[in-house]
Amino acid sequence: MAKKRTPAVPGWFTLDAAHPALLGTRCKACGTVFFPREEAFCRSPLCQGTEFEELELSRRGRLWSYTNNAYQPPAPYVPRTDPYQPFAIAAVELERERMVVLGQVVPGVSVADLEVGIAMELVLDTLSEDEENEYLVYKWKPAAA
Amino acid sequence: MAEREVAILGVGMHPWGKWGRNFVEYGVAAAQAALADAGVAWSEVQFVAGGETIRNGYPGYVAGASIAQALGWNGAQVTSSYGACASGSQAIATARAQILAGICDVALVVGADTTPKGFFAPAGSGDRTRDPDWLRFRLLGATNPVYFGLYARRRMDLYGDTERDFAQVKVKNSRCGAANPNARYRQTYSVEEVLASAMVSDPLRLLQICATSDGGAALVLSSLAFARKRTTKPVTIAAVSTVTPRFPQTVIEMPNFATDSAATLPVPDVSFKDSIAKVAYEQAGLGPEDVDVAEVYDLSSALELDWYENIGLCKPGEAVKLLREGVTSLGGRKPVNPSGGLGAFGEAIPAQAIAQVCELAGQIRGQAAGRQVEGARVGITANQGLFGHGSSVIVKAS
Repeated sequence: MAKKRTPAVPGWFTLDAAHPALLGTRCKACGTVFFPREEAFCRSPLCQGTEFEELELSRRGRLWSYTNNAYQPPAPYVPRTDPYQPFAIAAVELERERMVVLGQVVPGVSVADLEVGIAMELVLDTLSEDEENEYLVYKWKPAAA
Repeated sequence: MAEREVAILGVGMHPWGKWGRNFVEYGVAAAQAALADAGVAWSEVQFVAGGETIRNGYPGYVAGASIAQALGWNGAQVTSSYGACASGSQAIATARAQILAGICDVALVVGADTTPKGFFAPAGSGDRTRDPDWLRFRLLGATNPVYFGLYARRRMDLYGDTERDFAQVKVKNSRCGAANPNARYRQTYSVEEVLASAMVSDPLRLLQICATSDGGAALVLSSLAFARKRTTKPVTIAAVSTVTPRFPQTVIEMPNFATDSAATLPVPDVSFKDSIAKVAYEQAGLGPEDVDVAEVYDLSSALELDWYENIGLCKPGEAVKLLREGVTSLGGRKPVNPSGGLGAFGEAIPAQAIAQVCELAGQIRGQAAGRQVEGARVGITANQGLFGHGSSVIVKAS
């Protein structure tokens, strides 16, 4: 039986397999967007808003910078493979939101394949698994031309 | 105008290393050294400001009292401060405020740490899905060097810095560390040796990333009036900046997943990291042109170059020019990290910002044998703690 597709953290992204999106919140008073979601108080110093609406963030952005983990990070990171396989990490700037969002880069794409400024898009990938669940996380991937 | 300066009567350190003993031992050793240097008896200390260490259990959370107890209860007032890497300057700021407010004349500032081997990871146990520090490791595997790697790559792309430039920072600082008896790493390195070390977070290699160390540092601070009874020309603290960012903060910072959105409010004229030193300069009535020596937080070799720009030694993008021309080396116009920096020390979190001030005081007194910046009269520290704790201290000759 197929495992249940479960977000590794609830409410941070949609589970749309083909076109997933990050889920942020927008302050109903001043329109400022937050990711990860802010639901208690608006963090703009000029606004005392306490009501928020959920919104999907841009699925694409430009690579602001990138690096990798040549060594296995410590717990609570859960390695996907044994032996450990290095993976890249990208900081991607979303144009509409004017915000930079950090994420893992999909397996198979190394730092040698990346360059500041290239277009990146959001995908879902497995973070970890247990007997019943496949825990999903968002990742960045160079955008198809 | 009200008095704005406090005197540094004494400095003391326990050498950095991986000694594996209780942090209180390092704190006591540093405190005793600072008291002896000041010529002040422990019984004269009226206020103790400790930098907290969260990795050493309950005594670490109340470090001020833990170290005061070990020195022998003397009834002094006490505080303990935590601001991650900026904890030491939080403690300095508190002690300074007590002295300037006239609440006490003499204060002991002390920080010490015992650290685990390897990467820093979130403290505590259990799943904490609302704690960004826990989540960044779980969801991203975003260690501290990952953030340093992002900044380093950004410099390469924007300004044309090279991996050799980053290695040169380590080479420069290793020469100073070799002359510093309190440094943990006393070996000198060549560019080739640095570039042959293992990659950690591209483009940064093992020898370019700050290790985690045990160590302790302490200062005896006093009012200028008290200091005049003990010495003729005390080194003083002219500024302590503990600023927070302004919204929107548009640079990705540990341990965050994203920056603020800059879509609704204009980006501040001065970036957070620029504002850290700017506020210190304004307090002291000084500017970058007055600085003779600086101690900045080189968590990575590339990050030292960011600080040259943030503390105003040059314009954005020009740091590598200062490095290549030797301006920031010993013997240059503006030596940076003559202590050897974090590259030679490794970080003992609550002690490190205090150690920066110890180094500047030693430089201005002319006691930095083997790594002395000739004629140093004004020095600045720069540092930053997780979640937006700015930290900068200006030390000067009187």
